[in-house]
Amino acid sequence: MPTVYVNDKPVEIGTQKLNCVQAAELAGVEVPHYCYHPGLSVVASCRMCMVETGDLKDGKVTMIPKVFPGCQTPVKDGTVIVTGDYGKHDSKVPKLPYDPAYKPGERAKKSQADTLEGLLLNHPLDCPVCDKAGECKLQDYSYQYGRSESRLVDEKNTPPNKPHLSSKITLFTDRCILCTRCVRFTREISGTAELQVVGRGHHEEIDVFPGRPLENKLSGNVVDLCPVGALGSKDFLYTQRVWYLKNTDNVCPGCSTGCSIVTDTNKDIVYRLRARTNPDAQGYFMCDEGRWGYHYTRSTDRLTRPMAKVGGTWQPANWTQLLPKLKYAVDEAVLMSPKRVAVVLSPFLTVEEAYALGSGFKKMSDQVRLVLGPVPAVGEDDHYPKDVKGNPVQPTKFTIRAEKCPNRKGVAAVLTQLQGEVIPFESLVPEFGQLSALWFAGGYPNPEWVNDAVKAPHTPPALLVVQDFFPTKLSEAATYWLPATAAFEKEGTFVNHAGLVQTFARAAKPPVETRSELQLAFDLGNRRGLANVAAVRKDVAKAMPAFANLADVKLPTTGKRLELATV
Amino acid sequence: MATFEPTLLARIAKPNSGKLEGYRNDGGYATFEKVLKDKQPLDVVTQVKDSGLRGRGGAGFPCGLKWTFLPKDHPGPIYLCINADESEPCTYNNRILMEKDPHQVLEGIMLSCYAIKSQCAYFYIRYEYGTAYRTLQAAIDELYAAGLLGKNIKGSGFTLDIFLHRGAGAYICGEETGLIESLEGKRAWPRIKPPFPAIEGAFRKPTIVNNVETMACVTQIMKKGNDWFKSLGVPPDPKNPRDAGSYGPKLYTIAGHVNEPKCVELPMGVTCRDLVEKHGGGVWKGRKAKSVNPGGLSMGFIDVNAPLKGEDGKTEYDIPLDFNGPGKVGCLGLGTAAICVVDDQTSMVDVLHNVCQFFSHESCGQCTPCREGTGWMLKITDRLRRGLGRREDLDILVDVADRIGIIPGTTICGLSDGAGWPVKTAIRKFRAEFEAAIKDGTKSAYTKLQMAAAH
Repeated sequence: MPTVYVNDKPVEIGTQKLNCVQAAELAGVEVPHYCYHPGLSVVASCRMCMVETGDLKDGKVTMIPKVFPGCQTPVKDGTVIVTGDYGKHDSKVPKLPYDPAYKPGERAKKSQADTLEGLLLNHPLDCPVCDKAGECKLQDYSYQYGRSESRLVDEKNTPPNKPHLSSKITLFTDRCILCTRCVRFTREISGTAELQVVGRGHHEEIDVFPGRPLENKLSGNVVDLCPVGALGSKDFLYTQRVWYLKNTDNVCPGCSTGCSIVTDTNKDIVYRLRARTNPDAQGYFMCDEGRWGYHYTRSTDRLTRPMAKVGGTWQPANWTQLLPKLKYAVDEAVLMSPKRVAVVLSPFLTVEEAYALGSGFKKMSDQVRLVLGPVPAVGEDDHYPKDVKGNPVQPTKFTIRAEKCPNRKGVAAVLTQLQGEVIPFESLVPEFGQLSALWFAGGYPNPEWVNDAVKAPHTPPALLVVQDFFPTKLSEAATYWLPATAAFEKEGTFVNHAGLVQTFARAAKPPVETRSELQLAFDLGNRRGLANVAAVRKDVAKAMPAFANLADVKLPTTGKRLELATV
Repeated sequence: MATFEPTLLARIAKPNSGKLEGYRNDGGYATFEKVLKDKQPLDVVTQVKDSGLRGRGGAGFPCGLKWTFLPKDHPGPIYLCINADESEPCTYNNRILMEKDPHQVLEGIMLSCYAIKSQCAYFYIRYEYGTAYRTLQAAIDELYAAGLLGKNIKGSGFTLDIFLHRGAGAYICGEETGLIESLEGKRAWPRIKPPFPAIEGAFRKPTIVNNVETMACVTQIMKKGNDWFKSLGVPPDPKNPRDAGSYGPKLYTIAGHVNEPKCVELPMGVTCRDLVEKHGGGVWKGRKAKSVNPGGLSMGFIDVNAPLKGEDGKTEYDIPLDFNGPGKVGCLGLGTAAICVVDDQTSMVDVLHNVCQFFSHESCGQCTPCREGTGWMLKITDRLRRGLGRREDLDILVDVADRIGIIPGTTICGLSDGAGWPVKTAIRKFRAEFEAAIKDGTKSAYTKLQMAAAH
């Protein structure tokens, strides 16, 4: 088995082709780096990942008397890597037979400190007003590897800031360390190549071509990629200090790609979404639509408490009085003629919600129809990278799906399980007048998607309960209009376009008067107490073989995916 | 040395030396036609390899050896790039060859392409060399008209096209991978190696990058043979197993504070003193030399008054200018063999500031140590010359100069070695002068550098 020695510790690398940074990571040693990113090409220009390398052969270690960029140096059997952190290595691991004159790690440590001194020469050190402070690699590495004082007494370069870079992104030029991750991203992943380096030497700057701003559907990723505070998202700028934010692993509800994301919240308000690495879902990145698509949760138009129509006008209701009424009305409709009762489960619901609601109604009567809610589709799947003419280029590195909902596959699987078929919403629309009761569990961020599906106004069913964020043609005709919860406000499971099952945790509490879909399902179905996602998940796992692996899996905190289930 | 007959520069004084007709009359292209008829490509490679020809561009890498790094039986295309981005300060030996005897260079290119089985050569010429560009273009046009370039040259089955490519005026394009990037139409950021260009170069195909003077040498080696070539220059140092010897003639350019700045052709190994005092007509205005750049700015400085260890009566002024000589006195190497004389009334602070300004301006800015280091050194030297220096600045300068470069391993290309070397050699060798200037707070005599430009 090929073995690499990282700070004396042997690591088996198997058949993988690794560089020194990756090999060190396997050994649990972090090699600091700026320009290296596993999703982008290697340029080895920041010179932060300097390591010392050598060979262990026939019990003898030969070290090369210079430093190498770890990101660009491949390892093979017998490679010896000594990082600048050698001093902190595990002393229980037996020391390799180095030359007695060789001082492990000294050279790498000095060159890392030198690099940091260089990076900070023209850096404004304006951390107190910088959004990146607290999650800045320049701060972190300076603290860990740098010098405490600057030897520069001359004036720093002060290039002007560039808020015109993009409508969504601003550039604090003086903070930039020229790692060129952003430039490579626009060239290699989005393919749109808006960003470039202009100037030479220490007057180099990131810029766009005049009149060609950074406007593409993946542009927000450059903010995630920026290791320092140079590129800032105008959406997040100056809103929160990052150390107040709670980071929750989540799944983006924006389209059926189901990007793994991190939701950053403070006091139950979502401030920022970031991509979370997940090779099975989307890779390293996410699209702008998803990234800045959370604003509906904070919209002032959002319904945050239940409403009942009294005498043709909406009146706020309270849950304690409303629930018995709702339950009675639903029970009665099912009792009178179950065939004329339909439940619409939107593809924005989680698997657990769909299952709890669906199975609850089916328990009342097997003849109640479960219908898949409108599946919004906008345009066509959008593949990246693009060429100069805007045509996608193979191999595809990122796809924004046309299907703008996160869980059609999951809800459809639940429907198939509960009634053997998936009834599309379109086939139910003409029957609206004949229904005695319609329960519409929506949660559509965009009301137009519902309006488009309902099309012309129909005679509403006698009892119409709509659970949704915003007024739609349906909610206008409803008897009861209940608030809905967004994906960030609940725990659950989504199944993406490829059948990848991802569970996620709740990032924020929903508004006070909002009752989650799952809780409502519990209340309607006579299940006592607070809604328990884990319990429902166990039921799902028991009932549906495809989800069998959900039962004993804890919520992932590190972004690990669950077993791929064929749905 | 009076007996030495110039070979590379033999034709430059002739009228119409740049025309095909004149070159033909002097026996030009006869070698090429003979090689095309009688020799296999491998024979040419072997002969150049055996001649001991080392690249004239600066690094002195054995030329024939470089050719053998090409993958065997590659389906092609294989490219030859000619590096005529002669941007090292004080260097103009390529310019003379291109302007006065372009066909000698072009014949070398044709021979080399035949040797490495390349059907396409790119001649990368710096923007500032307008005359050379036009002369070469005229010469290439002549060759096409005469059927010496193009498809199936003289019925031999060998096809070759030569394209002139004009750079945009950046020092870094003289670095071989920077040149290739620039040739591809990209920003001239040197590539990380490996892969070396011989494996993956221009347009991701095997590529050889050679200097203009190397090409002229190839012409003469194929014409006059290895015995002639090896009769000139310095054989390998038996004590140094890594020395490949410094054979052949070399074009030395003399610049700076001398009476007769010019380009001379001499066998390798002439001493610095000889070049300045004999060939350059001595230091100007009756002054004495203080320091000399042995081979372009980036090689560092020698102190003409510093005694050589173990050699009585000799100073650093007496080092031989072969591939090993300058290294013995702490300089980086022979470089482009362009010597630049600094007279004894010039302040080393000003010299160093000028050097730092050049490298800071020319750093491509890719690697952090070089981008920030060259800029920092410029800021410090600028402060020194304004009389605001501190003693610790000298230590900082040496520290920064020491840590940047491909030799400590902190950058991708050698530009920062070249930026660091003059700084550290100047301060180590003339520290007393720097310290005195700092103590007195001497201000520089000149206020602004005057840049002259002509394209």
